[in-house]
Amino acid sequence: MYVGKNVTRVDARDKVLGRTKYTDDLCDKSAYIVRILHSSIAHGRVVSMDTSQAEGIPGVVGIFTCFDARDTHSFPTAGHPWSTDPEHQDVADRRILTEEVRFYGDDIAAVVAEDEVSAAQALRAIQVEYEEYPFVLDVQEAMKEGVPQLHKEYPNNILKHTTIRKGNYEEAIKEPGLTKVEGWYETPTVQHCHIENFICYAQMEGERITVVSSTQIPHIVRRVVGQALGIGWGKVRVIKPYIGGGFGNKQDVLYEPLCAWLCWKLGGHLVKLDVPREETFVSNRVRHAIRSHIISWVRPDGTYAARKLEAFSDQGAYASHGHSIAAKGAGAFPQLYPCENVEVDAYTVFTNKSVAGAMRGYGIPQAMWAVECHTEDVAARMGMDPVAFRRRNVMPVGFVDPFSKNELYHDTFNQCLDKALAATDYQRKYKEYQNQTGEIRRGIGLSLFWYNTAVWPISLETSSCRMVLNQDGSLQVQLGETEIGQGADTAYTQMTADVLGVPLSSVHVVSCQDTDVTPFGTGAYASRQTYTAGFAIRQTALLLRERILAYAHELTRMPPYNLDIVDGNIIRTTDNRVLMTMGELSTEALYSLTNSQHLSAESTSQIKSNAYSFGCTIAEVEVDIPMCKVKLLDIVNVHDAGTLINPALAEAQVHGGMSMGIGYGLSEKLLFDEKTGRALNDNLLDYKLSTFMDHPRLRALFVENPEPTSAFGTKGLGEPPACPVAPAIRNAVYHATGVAVNEAPLNPHNLFRRFTEEGIFTATGKGGFNHV
Amino acid sequence: MSRQYKLVSCTINGKPVEKMVDVRASLTDMLRDDYRLTSVKKGCEVGECGACNVIINGECFNSCIYLAVWAQGKEILTLEGLAGPNGELSDIQQAFMDEAAVQCGFCSPGFIMSAVEILEEKRELSDEDIRKRMSGHLCRCTGYENIFRAVKKTMLKRLGKEKEAEAVTHCTLKV
Repeated sequence: MYVGKNVTRVDARDKVLGRTKYTDDLCDKSAYIVRILHSSIAHGRVVSMDTSQAEGIPGVVGIFTCFDARDTHSFPTAGHPWSTDPEHQDVADRRILTEEVRFYGDDIAAVVAEDEVSAAQALRAIQVEYEEYPFVLDVQEAMKEGVPQLHKEYPNNILKHTTIRKGNYEEAIKEPGLTKVEGWYETPTVQHCHIENFICYAQMEGERITVVSSTQIPHIVRRVVGQALGIGWGKVRVIKPYIGGGFGNKQDVLYEPLCAWLCWKLGGHLVKLDVPREETFVSNRVRHAIRSHIISWVRPDGTYAARKLEAFSDQGAYASHGHSIAAKGAGAFPQLYPCENVEVDAYTVFTNKSVAGAMRGYGIPQAMWAVECHTEDVAARMGMDPVAFRRRNVMPVGFVDPFSKNELYHDTFNQCLDKALAATDYQRKYKEYQNQTGEIRRGIGLSLFWYNTAVWPISLETSSCRMVLNQDGSLQVQLGETEIGQGADTAYTQMTADVLGVPLSSVHVVSCQDTDVTPFGTGAYASRQTYTAGFAIRQTALLLRERILAYAHELTRMPPYNLDIVDGNIIRTTDNRVLMTMGELSTEALYSLTNSQHLSAESTSQIKSNAYSFGCTIAEVEVDIPMCKVKLLDIVNVHDAGTLINPALAEAQVHGGMSMGIGYGLSEKLLFDEKTGRALNDNLLDYKLSTFMDHPRLRALFVENPEPTSAFGTKGLGEPPACPVAPAIRNAVYHATGVAVNEAPLNPHNLFRRFTEEGIFTATGKGGFNHV
Repeated sequence: MSRQYKLVSCTINGKPVEKMVDVRASLTDMLRDDYRLTSVKKGCEVGECGACNVIINGECFNSCIYLAVWAQGKEILTLEGLAGPNGELSDIQQAFMDEAAVQCGFCSPGFIMSAVEILEEKRELSDEDIRKRMSGHLCRCTGYENIFRAVKKTMLKRLGKEKEAEAVTHCTLKV
């Protein structure tokens, strides 16, 4: 059996040899180069554009302005399955190029040239005349009367107001003896920063357009390119090679429609659009910055009587994934710590900033920041131990989500907590670090997280798989689920080998998705693929096995029920005799003169179930108060992702999420100039991604409670590791200093402001400061 | 604007080569476009991410901010040059596989070449120094943890410290 084993990644060898081909490596050098002209104002209208000088630059093939793109169609960009119900379709508010400018960095023209240098020169030579409008950058400002409106269909810039009502909040707060705890919590705009920037190229073959793209969602890209160009979706072929990370940015249709349109305009010539890093920061997608306001009414015994959450989610200029992110975060609120009386109001609001879309965690890192900072505040206010307080209120075993019907089958939270507490010696350190004085102080902090995987029942989850047997008994496996670095192909290889009964080396999962060839699938998002593809793999492998054994019956005259496939051989189960190898069987099947069969199987699974994937982080920090610096000393994530298909790869996946969470908690923030709306740190030098120097050893631990609904006992792990990290760090700093920093990240700028407000510098100077 | 070209003769992965290159081209452009050495990756093109890192005369450089014409007379080593004549993996490549230090793989070539530079010094670096020497590379997938282990283990093994290398374990085992 291979499931549960630390099998080496199937693509690792090629990757360490440097022979793995990514999009740019595959593009022919005859390609024209595309560069996009982005707006240099935050809000307004393009009145005119003078391209005459740019057109005269040698090497320039063509300049295409927003006025040339009037014949294209509005299209949505979210990497969601299409809804056949118009009410549930994503907002189609993007154009290939736009005359209406809604953020600094909007796409207003494109240059096509023979080489990068000419394209860059032409960009600079285009003169743009704008009519400028006032703009708004703050999410709550944007909701006020009289402020600039981004989209006329959405008054007060509110894309969507999502509500949850449970019990009766107003009545519940009248209960005598309640303590009211209230706080505002804020997360920053951050970017995915996959090391391969978004890139795609397009070429026509016959009347069809082929787009090769660094995307997580090839079949969705096909649909959206068709929508944007107003052509049949079958006229578009999308190919996804290996990609250099995605993290949700590439779960959006980015520039594939523009690239395909330019190719079409240029008679089908090969065109390549390779987005520079700076434009990736500003003009791709970012994570929604969310400002949350929580009020909790707490009984003296530490239980909740009533709770209220207001969240303001900064959508930026266009709808993209829209309210789904705030809605997902809001959904966590009444569930992580269930309470009888809850009110949630989440507003997703347009501002004149970079467009927010999907990013690892999909609203949950923001929600956990608010909820778990607040939980720490409530425990402190009630004079309760933060662990005991959480244990008292956390989702109990047997909890069922009324919407998704997800159930908490195991005592996951307590098991994860126990493991994390033991691993970090939390209780001892928590006591030891109380009441410190001096300039350097240590603290230890905790955060749980809630994560709901996949998207059922918002849409039906489906996965298709095809398996084709080769002459030598090996097989190809194809799935719509995409490898984006997480190790999906390796997990699928292990699953297939186990169900079919063949050696790992006999299974070849085709990594590349090609919408002309690959079975339909919606792609990598929502931590869904290992869970979802598992069903299709098991079903298809069982189907193929049945066909193989039926053919083996023809050849051996043994009844199929006495036959099995073990280690790539057809065996007779009554005496375990090897009757033939799979290679002998499949060669005969293909070349038989009397009964030739092409042994293959293809099937679609409909997945009408889903799973919770929970866990926690504990972080230990050292705070240098005068320097306003936090050093992370130790960090542990514990996850229950069900049965691990490949523990080593699961661990690696957790490391990456922890790293992203560390950046979220300590250093990352995309800044916008209040005077112009322009992004100020749109590069990897000024935007502070965690480096090798910013981490302690990362520790990933697991609790493996098999998920009963799953085809392999497994459930999602892609996004969860990024969810609980930042609030655990914040709570550790709170423990060390007594200063609650409610705005992420805890960089020196924020700490200086908060330490000043709390008077901690003075207190430190006097040699003593006691915190709660 | 007329283009200027210059003949650049150098040694790439042990093989003497020469080609006319655009004087404005970066070494990344030359290696990728003229020699099709596509392990040399572009992540920022301004020397921030380290994905284009190659070894020039024994020393690591971000090839995106190194002009192609400066390569005249130099010995350049890219990831493609590490494997043996029959595709045998070098120890550091094997370690990246064994320690699950590769995910999307886009930053891996740059990291591996920096590791090679460290390993060629044939001396034992402290954990802190390994981190410092590798900190010119950004990775969003791995959190650097498994890369650290791959580099440290290989360094110790090359110094004949098999036992110490085996002691470099996953952090999970600390519990």
